[in-house]
Amino acid sequence: MLQVNDLHVTVDGKEILKGLTLTIHAGEVHAIMGPNGAGKSTLSAVIAGKDGYEVTQGSVTFEGQDVLEMEIEERAQAGLLLGFQYPVEIPGVKNIYLLKAALNAQRVARGEAEMPAPEFMKLVKEKLGFMKMDASFLQRAVNEGFSGGEKKRNEILQMLVLQPKLAMLDEIDSGLDIDAMKVVADGVNSLRAEDRAILLVTHYQRLLDYIVPDKVHVLVDGRIVKSGDAELAKELEANGYEGIEESAA
Amino acid sequence: MASEEMEQLVRREYKDGFVTDIESDTLPPGLDENTIAFISNKKGEPEWMLEWRLDAYRQWLKMKEPSWAHLDYPPIDYQSISYFSAPKRPEDRPQSLDEVDPKLLETYEKLGIPLHERAALAGVAVDAVFDSVSVTTTFKKELGEAGVIFCSISEAIRDYPELIKQYLGTVVPVADNYFAALNSAVFTDGSFVFVPEGVTCPMELSTYFRINAANTGQFERTLIICESRAQVSYLEGCTAPMRDENQLHAAVVELVALDDAYIKYSTVQNWYPGDENGKGGIYNFVTKRGDCRGDRSRISWTQVETGSAITWKYPSCVLRGKDSIGEFYSVAVTNGRQQADTGTKMIHIGEGTRSYIVAKGISAGKSDQSYRGLVKIGPRAKGARNFTQCDSLLIGDKCGAHTFPYQEIGNSTATIEHEATTSKIGEDQLFYCQSRGISEEDAVSMIVNGFCKDVFQELPMEFAVEAEALLSVTLEGAVG
Repeated sequence: MLQVNDLHVTVDGKEILKGLTLTIHAGEVHAIMGPNGAGKSTLSAVIAGKDGYEVTQGSVTFEGQDVLEMEIEERAQAGLLLGFQYPVEIPGVKNIYLLKAALNAQRVARGEAEMPAPEFMKLVKEKLGFMKMDASFLQRAVNEGFSGGEKKRNEILQMLVLQPKLAMLDEIDSGLDIDAMKVVADGVNSLRAEDRAILLVTHYQRLLDYIVPDKVHVLVDGRIVKSGDAELAKELEANGYEGIEESAA
Repeated sequence: MASEEMEQLVRREYKDGFVTDIESDTLPPGLDENTIAFISNKKGEPEWMLEWRLDAYRQWLKMKEPSWAHLDYPPIDYQSISYFSAPKRPEDRPQSLDEVDPKLLETYEKLGIPLHERAALAGVAVDAVFDSVSVTTTFKKELGEAGVIFCSISEAIRDYPELIKQYLGTVVPVADNYFAALNSAVFTDGSFVFVPEGVTCPMELSTYFRINAANTGQFERTLIICESRAQVSYLEGCTAPMRDENQLHAAVVELVALDDAYIKYSTVQNWYPGDENGKGGIYNFVTKRGDCRGDRSRISWTQVETGSAITWKYPSCVLRGKDSIGEFYSVAVTNGRQQADTGTKMIHIGEGTRSYIVAKGISAGKSDQSYRGLVKIGPRAKGARNFTQCDSLLIGDKCGAHTFPYQEIGNSTATIEHEATTSKIGEDQLFYCQSRGISEEDAVSMIVNGFCKDVFQELPMEFAVEAEALLSVTLEGAVG
């Protein structure tokens, strides 16, 4: 589904990713772990198309399409969706309005009709209930005045409504208490499907107790230095990243 | 722009020679006392009105064009302007929509302007604009039954001279400022509204006006009076882009609210802003002022300003009556080479007077925009309160936004609050929306509409919807 090949990325002239290679198949959940500054967030940001990241070498393909040649919105329309670590506030724009605009933009881009309003409301209410969110969320401005936990839930709510093919979640666990983490993890787990992949970027193993990944990759200094199954995450928890760096060297 | 080009734009065909012949309908360029006599005569005005105009003209001659605004435009040659021209004859106008600039039609389409209104707006010679005559008649009947007078200012001068004598020029005196004096001397068109004591105007004075807006003049004069406990909501302008050969526009609007009266005045202004170099755009120098003359009266200005090459406009409230309220809600958008210097004045005279100012400025392209606001609290205005919120949003890095707040506080019991922000349209906000699959243009329009929400919710419903569409069209191509 997603093929990242020898990806080199610089930010402000500094090389952050130094030859990253990663393959994700449909139905898989991958976790990328690593110390601060290793380039974890850079990977998902580049795939989503954020400005300010220069790809100097390598390629990213998604279902055979060259992702790096696509506009930001085209990537989302193709089914690549990024859940933000720090979702931005958009004053005056209702949450429900953003959701509807996004869903319909994606549907229209895929050649489908816009979703009729009653069907849309039914879908949103169902997902809202799943995320244990109050209906008043829909009428509030996007992320404005949301607590850290509310913002993260909102990101997952968008995933549940938009149903991407590849969900990329950047540090979705940061700043969550244990109850909120469970709700978020339930949301992510409900996304697991044969035809969908999930890429988790996280600093801590804790999240992976709730969302058990198929593959774990350790990213250090711009490269994946080790890959394994869920056990690898536990190993990291015990030995820290330094141990991995040494064994990889 | 060179002054000869300016001249070309404002110059009218010299057709019939300078004769005060009642049959001729266009004056050659130039302004003197004969010009004013011609206009007054043409309008069938009484002698006292002519004197009023001439007095304004003589004062105007002694005045200087203001230069304090943060605007840059070439000198205006007032002698190169024609001050009276009848509407184009039907045979000179486009005969069908096929003859109208397709770009203009495309914009109407995007704004969702009803088909039957497009022809009228584009200046097509259609005699019966979707039954406008009968619609107007229905309106007139309903208004008449309620005792509301709603007519052109020229009719009012003929038919209601006592009201005109009593109120005209009492809010904006003839020599108030350079452009107001000019307007007082040469105004040719505009509206008059009178709502008698205790009457709530049975409809928003809008649809009627929209249809007729295509023929609005260069020097408009509007006077609205609400007697005690009367209320009216008045909508001016049109979201459709309006082209006009008259480059200089200098309107005056006067509002008078007596005890417990409420006047809500909403404007959507979308004059032609000129081409990408600002060439050919309208200069809009407007004096709008409301007088809260009665106790507990309330005047509310809401404006959405998107057009014109130059905008010079400060809708104001004079809060004379005890516990009277003045409000100003504004969205001003500039793109391309547009320049706008706009804001408000709240003059607190009476005890317990309150004013609210919410001004949202959006600058894109190479445009430049200033908010200029005065809050003045007089010595007798015990316990007066003002709240001002003034936010600027920049799109791109070649535009400018400036804020000039003035406060003159003559009373220690007053409470003044001022909040101001300037922000760039967030790259992060754009990326967030786009990464959800929303196109960049839709994302910009969504973010900008969110920014303006506080003001849009003050607009009457149908206007609010149009204003949102208008903003998107105005900002097309502003990013990227």
